[in-house]
Amino acid sequence: MNFADLFRFAWQALIQNRRRSGLSLIGVVVGVVAVVSLTAIGEGALHYVTDQFVSLGTSIVIVSPGRNETTGGIPLGIGGVPNDLTLQDTIAIERRIQSIRTAVPISLSTDSIEHAERSRLVSIIGVSSEFMRLQRLDLAMGRFLPESDRDRGSAVVVLGRTVAREIFGGENPLGAAVRVGGWRMRVIGVLAERGRKLGIQIDESIYVPTATAMRMANTRSVSQIMLELFPKVDLVLAIDEIKALLIERHDEEDFTCISQDAVMASLSSILRMLTLAVAGIAAVSLAVAGIGIMNVMLVSVSERTAEVGLLKAVGANRRQILALFLVEAALLSSVGGLLGLAVGTALVALGNQLYPSVVLVTPLWAIGSVLLITLGTGVVFGVLPARRAAALDPVLALRGR
Amino acid sequence: MIRLEEIWRTYQMGDHELHALRDVHEEIEDGEHVAIMGPSGSGKTTLLNLLGCLDSPTRGKYSLAGRDVARLADDELAEIRLRRIGFIFQSFHLVPRLTAIQNIELPLIFAGKNPIERKELAEAALIAVGLSDRSDHKPSELSGGEKQRVAIARATIMQPGLVLADEPTGNLDTRSGAQVLDLLGDLHREGRTLIVVTHDPNVARRADRVLIMRDGEIVRRMSSAEVVKLGSLFDAGEVSR
Repeated sequence: MNFADLFRFAWQALIQNRRRSGLSLIGVVVGVVAVVSLTAIGEGALHYVTDQFVSLGTSIVIVSPGRNETTGGIPLGIGGVPNDLTLQDTIAIERRIQSIRTAVPISLSTDSIEHAERSRLVSIIGVSSEFMRLQRLDLAMGRFLPESDRDRGSAVVVLGRTVAREIFGGENPLGAAVRVGGWRMRVIGVLAERGRKLGIQIDESIYVPTATAMRMANTRSVSQIMLELFPKVDLVLAIDEIKALLIERHDEEDFTCISQDAVMASLSSILRMLTLAVAGIAAVSLAVAGIGIMNVMLVSVSERTAEVGLLKAVGANRRQILALFLVEAALLSSVGGLLGLAVGTALVALGNQLYPSVVLVTPLWAIGSVLLITLGTGVVFGVLPARRAAALDPVLALRGR
Repeated sequence: MIRLEEIWRTYQMGDHELHALRDVHEEIEDGEHVAIMGPSGSGKTTLLNLLGCLDSPTRGKYSLAGRDVARLADDELAEIRLRRIGFIFQSFHLVPRLTAIQNIELPLIFAGKNPIERKELAEAALIAVGLSDRSDHKPSELSGGEKQRVAIARATIMQPGLVLADEPTGNLDTRSGAQVLDLLGDLHREGRTLIVVTHDPNVARRADRVLIMRDGEIVRRMSSAEVVKLGSLFDAGEVSR
């Protein structure tokens, strides 16, 4: 008995019970779709995060106030922690640590921006001129904040794209005066559209010199210090130096240094674990689908008892009967697997159409293992029914018992 | 040549034993046409299943073509059923989803014949039973007589020396029953051993010999001469149904 005969025989048997085969197929399809789409989401999230970090530049260390043992926190956007970092800390780090190329003090606050009759609430990001290079931002028009304006704080502002559009409409904002909080400022530039970047809405924020932002927020401290290291500098050594210097100035370790490498590594590993865990849960549903297949096959064997008896009467041996039913179960599960793969891939493609910013890709290992698992499920859960069929007593089986 | 010696077939029913066959002795020559008659539960079908290697005796010796088959393993029995024995059942036992020709091909598939050879043999068998125009019909599209003719084609496709029929005309009207019996007669004339279990004296009459069974034993053997008188025996109530 060759494989083509087995395949044809199994196929005809499945076709005969279309509805039942179809229903048990759904279980497999759902399981496979779940694995395919969930791993695609996990992998997509991983790529997204990695891209974000790469676009940020990797040899960057962020110092935040407050002691924090864990890594993986959001590197920007934390504020209001006691034992603050100051502009002087920034200057000291930049001057005294050789491996630091640039230190950008960052001050974060929120206030309204007004021009003519329009106003809206914006994030005010106090930074120095190097911020644009470090964040790899582009200008739509005008220029970015002036250099060496860190502690002077002139009343100039650069607008995010969305802010510019909402406040100025079609008007040219360059040189125009706006009110930010109570302060009158001059618009010197507009950033190119960028979208969200790790917690900062680049397009919906405005950028002012750090000292200006601190004055507006009436604070003496900065929210974070962003440090750019020279290329090929030992990151660990640099962080040790930064820590030593700040401890010397603060008398205690009341700050946290996070390197983007470390954040990226831990985020990636978290995402990988999550993907695996979710895929694992989805794979459990495949096992459930396998039980469905076993159930269908058991029903099929008991319904076709007389047929098994006949096959035995015309000379089929145990191995052949076993093979017939095993192939039937395996065929059922693999058809489900392929169907699930098709539906899952279609869903992933649809997701990519709807949300182009995150690229969903089902990893090859997931496709490979899901197909292997479905085939394996069919065989494993087909064994019991097939053995039952093979073990039937031909005399009783012919009588349908 | 079939030789049965001291054949017992015993079923364990709870705590008591049921003897479906008790101490059966019989010899059937190659090419003989034998009918087995007897009331329901007398052990006719059990004997037929045993002769067909579907079942093994609890005790005793069964030699088929010089080989003791009473103690063979399952797969060896399957091999014998495949190559040496053809079964014909009262209820036809065609696989409903397969066409007539696919049903006939089944034994060839298990014998590992290639598709081209299978098709040739099956088509020839269909012609032999007069159903060449029904090749692609499903069993549900065939009449009872046609179904049984397909079953006969299937039973003989491997050219077995022994053909066993259990009430082959039991579900058929007289006309298609006669057609089936004619086909079976042809098989016998081709030199095959033919053993038919039947209630119908008109079927038994065609046999060379008739074995009458009761309570698991062969209680009477009739020669071909006596077989002719069978109808009147039934009328006289001498052979109970």
